[in-house]
Amino acid sequence: MTASTPDTTRRKGDTTLGHIVYVLRDNPVTMLAFAMLAFFLGCAFFGPALVPYDPLATNAARALEAPSWDHWFGTDNVGRDVFSRVIVATRLDLTISVAAVALSFVIGSTLGSIAGYWGGWLDAVLNRCLDTIMAFPLFVLAMGVVAALGNTVENIIYATAIINIPFYARLVRAEVNIRRHSGFAQAAKLAGNSDLRVLAVHIFPNSLPPMMVQVSLNLGWAILNAAGLSFIGLGVAPPTPEWGIMVAEGANFIVSGEWWLAVFPGLWLMLAVFTFNLLGDGLRDIVDPRKRT
Amino acid sequence: MAARSKMILGRVAQAIPVVIGVVVISFLLTRALPGDPAAYFAGPAADEASIAEIRETLGLDKPLVQQFFYYVGDLIRGDLGTSLTTGQAVLTDLGARLPASLELTLVALLLSCAIAIPLGVLAATRPGTWVDHLCRVLVTAGVSMPTFFTGILLIYIFYYLAGLAPSPLGRLDFIYLSPPRVTGFYLIDAALAGDWETWLGALKQLILPATTLALFTLAPIARMTRAAMLSALSSDFIRTARAAGLSDRKVLFGYAFRNALLPVVTTLGMVFSFTLGANVLVEKVFAWPGIGSYAVEALVVSDYAAVQGFVLAMALLFVALNLVIDIAYALIDPRIGLN
Repeated sequence: MTASTPDTTRRKGDTTLGHIVYVLRDNPVTMLAFAMLAFFLGCAFFGPALVPYDPLATNAARALEAPSWDHWFGTDNVGRDVFSRVIVATRLDLTISVAAVALSFVIGSTLGSIAGYWGGWLDAVLNRCLDTIMAFPLFVLAMGVVAALGNTVENIIYATAIINIPFYARLVRAEVNIRRHSGFAQAAKLAGNSDLRVLAVHIFPNSLPPMMVQVSLNLGWAILNAAGLSFIGLGVAPPTPEWGIMVAEGANFIVSGEWWLAVFPGLWLMLAVFTFNLLGDGLRDIVDPRKRT
Repeated sequence: MAARSKMILGRVAQAIPVVIGVVVISFLLTRALPGDPAAYFAGPAADEASIAEIRETLGLDKPLVQQFFYYVGDLIRGDLGTSLTTGQAVLTDLGARLPASLELTLVALLLSCAIAIPLGVLAATRPGTWVDHLCRVLVTAGVSMPTFFTGILLIYIFYYLAGLAPSPLGRLDFIYLSPPRVTGFYLIDAALAGDWETWLGALKQLILPATTLALFTLAPIARMTRAAMLSALSSDFIRTARAAGLSDRKVLFGYAFRNALLPVVTTLGMVFSFTLGANVLVEKVFAWPGIGSYAVEALVVSDYAAVQGFVLAMALLFVALNLVIDIAYALIDPRIGLN
């Protein structure tokens, strides 16, 4: 590199924030993803207060109406407003997926750190356990877990968390394992820190960037999984607005042409998953530009 | 050759702990079921003493470890319990319905490969063109589409609006008789019987659910093909082949594609697992009488023996499949050591 260039290149990539701004400007799609995420979070926080109709209020006189100015997404078979239900459902769907991903993040990080740092038989046992979980078709395992634990929303969260744990544990294990003998870890150890402290404060934080990418991609997948489970009648009970259940209920009317019952909740679900996937791709660009596809 | 067979034996040995793990998880799931099986078998009129007696005959009073060995014994004899809804052994039910699921999954995978692999190759050879962008859009959209929603959309468009597809109810319209059962695959059975009208009827029923599943599997296969092709095309042996003056065609298909195929085959195994899971949803949407809809029906009425049997069968099927893929992989690629 010649003497005149470092000034300009350094300014752009100097700080983390600067780098993020640079990547975002370069990639408007990621910006769009952040905007969409803000929209969904807004729906989850304020949706129930803002929607025009009570999502549970039936109105037999106006059942199965096509979308109109009164009812943007039409009404369902008992006259409930589909728009209100779709918006209100955001909170439940996001809660399930965020809770599930948070659980698997915590459990997966703990197991992965321990296995990666100490290795040995702990590592071997953990790996075999993860292999076993991965040996199941994951959606099927989630079905089995919900069937065994009981048909409740909490158990949907646990089931989704269980099938996600291997991804986190493996990632953290790999990240911790390559750094356990690195210079900074040994320096921290020599400075008198305990193993646990070196692991938690010095080594583990290094695995956070790739973990964030994984979290974002996983959130979309967790939403799909939860919606899939409620689509087959597990977890959320019928009158509650939830995207998967609404698609399932709407499916009965699709063959007679009342498309809005299933299509709008389905579109919303798709949009939410799409948002998290875009976000994950965008975060990966920020964290690790080499993996860009 | 001796080294090769040793490797294969090693890989088979590796699968054993996984199978044991699968059986343990399945046993734990069975024991965690709500309700007391002894009380269930004793019937509503039973008193404490007769429930205890049945518990003893079922072996439920034994320690958990001993119960586990009873469970394994049952499994070895092929006894997965009896379904409450159909009244038949779960294994019989699963066996009767498995061909429907396999037919759907395999046709979907074939369809998906037929689209995704050429698309991935095209995208890799022409980076930055519209094919590449199309590939990227399809891949991102594909992973965001809930399968059950895609299925419903397809039904609305092709059955309700266009009237092209038959009603989405099962494997064959009621005007046809199902072909004599040989393999359980309607397309093969009808062809064997020479009944082309039924064959066409079965194909028509199959197209929409298979397309739904194929759309779902398109993304990973196309993405993997593109990545594998890109890395193969940028490697030294391709440069050498080009420098030696081989035709583009020969370089692309004879050298690059054959090398790119290996990671694609591995991805196929992973995709097959996803598809087995997604099958459950697609079968429900299209009322497809496969093992997925069997499990869903069983779940709805709390028929747990059937659900557990299904989960276990799927897991074992999946472990076996991965084993076969790994072995096939080792046979195709002489460089691969199985360790």
